[in-house]
Amino acid sequence: MKRVYAKEEICAGCRLCEVWCVVAHSKSGDIVKAFNSEFPRPLPRVMVEEAGPFSFALQCRHCMEPPCIEACMTGAMFRDGAEGPVLHDPEQCVGCWMCVMVCPYGAIARDVTIKKIASKCDLCQGEEEPSCVAHCPNEALVFEDRG
Amino acid sequence: MKYVIIGNSAAAVGCVEGIRKYDSDGEILLVSKEPYATYSRPLISYYLAGQVDARHMGYRPASFYKTHRVTTLLGSEAVGLDTKDKSVRLSDGRTVAYDKLLIATGGVPFVPPIEGSDAEGVMTFTTWDDAKRLKRLVPRLKKVVILGGGLIGIKAMEGLQAHGTDITVVELMDRILGLVLDKTATSFLERKLKEEGVHLVKETTIKKIHKDNAGRAVGVTLENGRELATDQVIIAIGVRPNIGLVKDSPVETNRGIVVDYFMRTSEADVYAAGDVAEADDILHHEPRVIPILPNAYKQGKVAGSSMTGNEIEYPGGMVMNSVEVGGIPAISAGIMNPPDDEGYEVKRLIDRKNGVYRKMVIRDNRLVGFILIGAIDRAGIYTGLIREGVNISPFKNHLTDLDFGVICFPKDLRTYKISNVYM
Repeated sequence: MKRVYAKEEICAGCRLCEVWCVVAHSKSGDIVKAFNSEFPRPLPRVMVEEAGPFSFALQCRHCMEPPCIEACMTGAMFRDGAEGPVLHDPEQCVGCWMCVMVCPYGAIARDVTIKKIASKCDLCQGEEEPSCVAHCPNEALVFEDRG
Repeated sequence: MKYVIIGNSAAAVGCVEGIRKYDSDGEILLVSKEPYATYSRPLISYYLAGQVDARHMGYRPASFYKTHRVTTLLGSEAVGLDTKDKSVRLSDGRTVAYDKLLIATGGVPFVPPIEGSDAEGVMTFTTWDDAKRLKRLVPRLKKVVILGGGLIGIKAMEGLQAHGTDITVVELMDRILGLVLDKTATSFLERKLKEEGVHLVKETTIKKIHKDNAGRAVGVTLENGRELATDQVIIAIGVRPNIGLVKDSPVETNRGIVVDYFMRTSEADVYAAGDVAEADDILHHEPRVIPILPNAYKQGKVAGSSMTGNEIEYPGGMVMNSVEVGGIPAISAGIMNPPDDEGYEVKRLIDRKNGVYRKMVIRDNRLVGFILIGAIDRAGIYTGLIREGVNISPFKNHLTDLDFGVICFPKDLRTYKISNVYM
């Protein structure tokens, strides 16, 4: 399946991927509204890691044998089809953080804005390519099938 | 091929999913003592608290058995096993034959011999029925005594706190959650519980439960001599592997049912998984019963795959838990309380003002355990380091940092991490 991969060498650490991820998961899909007037504002599901001159963006790897699905105690975390992305049902999630405990990438965030729920990358379901990839000014994020 | 699964929780569901990954035709019969479709056992405390309703108790969607073509016998207990005849005897007298059998009977609550424990108003707390019963009783309960400050006791406490019940937790150790946290970590949580009005009585246990003339529990006497009035006693000392089914069979047991890396028991075509099984512990290099949901599911899935002939090895498990007490999140895994004299190295960050505690336990430059209180984000990176046995010496001094992340890894490991997909 296609996944998002980061190119550390050319990531400028601008964090626009985080901004556009928030916009893509907002109700309005509008950058001004998403940041100024919408409640709740979604958490970015991609995070830029930075240390000195190095940076890269990281999000759910949509693992083949996802530890988060194995650890999820409510069945909220699931794979969409045999080869599909790892998705998450906020209705069924109770925010027990078992997924946070096992994700080896640290790619699942805790959203406590209204009720406690896990927050993670859904590869922008329904879009041609994820918003973080589409808006990376440096093409430091690519969306491709590496098997 | 006829698969028979005894049990209906995480290991059983994992087994169904493991079987169906490779075998879409085989017949699957699932037998469960409890009358419900698979539900999330850890949610019973949320149900008691009123945070989750019956509609959201399912561990899988209602369509699960249909989409996976599973025939169920719910409310039916397996009481006997004949490994020669390859059949299981049920409580209603029927027998079912199997080609491959999974025993996923889970755990049973341990009730120590306490005088008066047969009183009405003494119960355990491990099933949805327990939670339903307690929820019906709760409007009339004034004082509840919970015996055991481990995970089950603390979950029962949380469920009851939502109802404003007066709660006393009696714990034999010098701290609550003694097996999954250390003294410092628990001090953060215990302070919060005291603020919330929960009474903690430590380093003692219940000696006697007093009954009134109608046989109802009205109070307890502790080993330390203290007396507590109560109208409900919850025994939450722990669970033991539910090995009753194999007691009179040749299936080898130790504390739990002994299994190999493919979840095979000592008897041909009989598998075991979950809280009933004793499978590999990657940190102690020996089989142990680790009754936590992620291990149960994984073992079930491995068993299911093996039962179809696709033998995938169980990668081994370790203790790990995520729990929130009084709104303070806590995650721990692996060896959290290492013995003083065996070459362990411990790194700590304690920030009481911000309610943060982070402890890393290191052995031979490998992370073998951690505790996180307050700041728990990205805990899985540590779990991953333990599981993968990564040499942490290049970033040892950053381990407890609040912004510790994949960026702290050496370049080759980091590049590998972000450009590849975890199994």
